[in-house]
Amino acid sequence: MKVAVQREDFDLGAEVRAISRSDKVGAVASFVGLVRDVRMTLEHYPGMTEREIRKIVDEAAKRWQVMDCTVIHRYGDLQPNDQIVLVAVASAHRGDAFAACEFIMDYLKTRAPFWKKEHRAGGATWVESRAADDEAAERWKQGER
Amino acid sequence: MKVKLLFFAALREQLGRPAEELELPANVNTVTALRDHLRARGGAWANVFAPNRPVRAAVNQDMVQPEARIKAGDEVAFFPPVTGG
Repeated sequence: MKVAVQREDFDLGAEVRAISRSDKVGAVASFVGLVRDVRMTLEHYPGMTEREIRKIVDEAAKRWQVMDCTVIHRYGDLQPNDQIVLVAVASAHRGDAFAACEFIMDYLKTRAPFWKKEHRAGGATWVESRAADDEAAERWKQGER
Repeated sequence: MKVKLLFFAALREQLGRPAEELELPANVNTVTALRDHLRARGGAWANVFAPNRPVRAAVNQDMVQPEARIKAGDEVAFFPPVTGG
């Protein structure tokens, strides 16, 4: 299980290959989040960020068969279309890989201590948290899936 | 007792500092009591820690509820609701 919080970009293909080496792996689900529309700066809480992401990955591994997993989240200055976040999960079957990948992403959005500041023509503003993100994380608790 | 405070994102900017070491009175031993203690500084502190502001807290890098206890040597962080991903 790899968790990285870094300024540098990442290579989706290389990360997927790295968790696909076992001949027991039958499915890899991956998600890449991109910067939409505007330039932004991402701040995080060094130390806590990695801990929170590890907790989320551990929780996913309790619920589904997770043979390997990589989470990379970038911070610092990012441009429109830059990659921000990668979640990739390897499992024997696609059901576990899809579910664990979506679960990790939903929880990451509400638990990992990152903050986005958008730079628009009118000035820089901190992004407000979205109720829709809380709801996306909440539905995993209610057993709706 | 002495604690280390950390502030992130909009809170860090509004308070004009990323961190500080603070000696607390013995009765300031929960996150809520610490919020009240900081709000009493007035100015930007009163705004940031106003009761209706959605401020989150972590003690020793674990997200906590307002009633969480604080002890000497703890690292207490205050920040807005997170917006990563």
